[in-house]
Amino acid sequence: MNWIDKQRNIVDFALSSLLRRWRKNLALLCVYTFVVFIVASVVFFAEALKRDACLVLEGAPDVVVQRLIAGRHDLISSGHMEKLARITGVSDVKGRLWAYYFEPSVGANYTMVVTEEAAGRPGTVAIGAGVSRTLLAGQGDLIAFRGHDGAYVSLEVARVFPSSSELVSADLVEISEEDFRALFGLPEGIYTDLTLRVRNPKETVVVADKIRRLLPDTRPILREEILRTYEALFDWRGGIVLAIFAGAALAFIIFAWDKATSLTLEERREIGILKAVGWETSEVIVMKSWEGIVISLTAFLLGLVLAYVHVFFTSGTLFEPVLKGWAVLYPRFQPVPFIDPYQVATLFFLTVVPYTVATVIPSWGAATIDPDTIMRQ
Amino acid sequence: MRLRKSSAFIAFTVINVTGLALLFAHGALERQRQAPVLSEKKIMVERFGLTDLCLFTDARYTRNPAVADRSTPFQDNPLSLDYFPSGSILPPPPHLRAHELDR
Repeated sequence: MNWIDKQRNIVDFALSSLLRRWRKNLALLCVYTFVVFIVASVVFFAEALKRDACLVLEGAPDVVVQRLIAGRHDLISSGHMEKLARITGVSDVKGRLWAYYFEPSVGANYTMVVTEEAAGRPGTVAIGAGVSRTLLAGQGDLIAFRGHDGAYVSLEVARVFPSSSELVSADLVEISEEDFRALFGLPEGIYTDLTLRVRNPKETVVVADKIRRLLPDTRPILREEILRTYEALFDWRGGIVLAIFAGAALAFIIFAWDKATSLTLEERREIGILKAVGWETSEVIVMKSWEGIVISLTAFLLGLVLAYVHVFFTSGTLFEPVLKGWAVLYPRFQPVPFIDPYQVATLFFLTVVPYTVATVIPSWGAATIDPDTIMRQ
Repeated sequence: MRLRKSSAFIAFTVINVTGLALLFAHGALERQRQAPVLSEKKIMVERFGLTDLCLFTDARYTRNPAVADRSTPFQDNPLSLDYFPSGSILPPPPHLRAHELDR
């Protein structure tokens, strides 16, 4: 009998053994699949958002300069702009006007942003799909915003940003500078913060250092730092991933530990009989390994398939409450499937291997005891 | 002839692996299909001068974590703790440790 035939016979026996305790093994398979599904969903979701963030935020300003007063972010004047424009290596300085706006009627927070394009159409706004959803407002509708003096200003919706861009635009309200200043009572020459373009990207750190020395009340934030913020957020070792991952990992550890430390009397007796009818210890271990592989490989594959469907077909519905928090306005987005083979391999070694080893260890212990002793237990 | 259990298991595994391979192929196609959407979002970020993704809209330091400062979650009043759910899953940006003003 060649090696393959022998293994197939052992697999046949292992499957029969599993089917004899089908209720218990089915429950085990369901729990195991669920754990793999949760862990894989987190990994797929985080990786997709991380890659998305890295690609999309490549367009972020080279440097953002904020003014800090008494530890708080404060408005910045055009006087700072002039000083920054004189720094060698800086090619362009722009004042950025943006603000948070709380809409009490729906309890949602919006982000008002001024753009050069909006300057040509005062009295109108372009809104994100999330804003449109919460206010039930579409193109041509009027939205009333409460100004700094308590008076309402009605602005017409010129367009709604496509829902495919919700990850960046869900809560945005694009508004003209004129309307923005009137709404928030902001005088000319005052900005929320400043953005800089640096001629040579390698010089941004030097430029940031010059800014800190020239304007000690400001704080430069580099694009690389913005990108690192999102890498940290979706990193395996921290943030959102760790929050969800930790629970699933703990469940898996308890699950594997339970398996590793317990072998039912029936299973021990089965091993004793196999030894008594002439099975070698190594063959018993191979059979038990196959039992572990059958359960863990099936759970791994099913969990991975379900996780893919969950994240990339249903947009990670189960994570929505976690991401939503207290927010009324929640972006609806379809993550782009970026799958790192390294992560799939890591998942495989984190789930299939420990379980299989956990199955083999107690069996090895039982297989080395005298069959007569086991059968008399 | 009755199907051997090992053959059924192999067939089931092959079906699963094929399903997974098809899904990964779907991923590759979807990346190609969504490439224009990604560029559109990048253009939007450039046009608006955005610094953050719109993931959390409940608190300003989680809406724009990249430009938040270290004290924002706690500045409502002295000894006020961070109470927004999103604040508990969002780590502080790594660059906050590097600047003199945030020390």
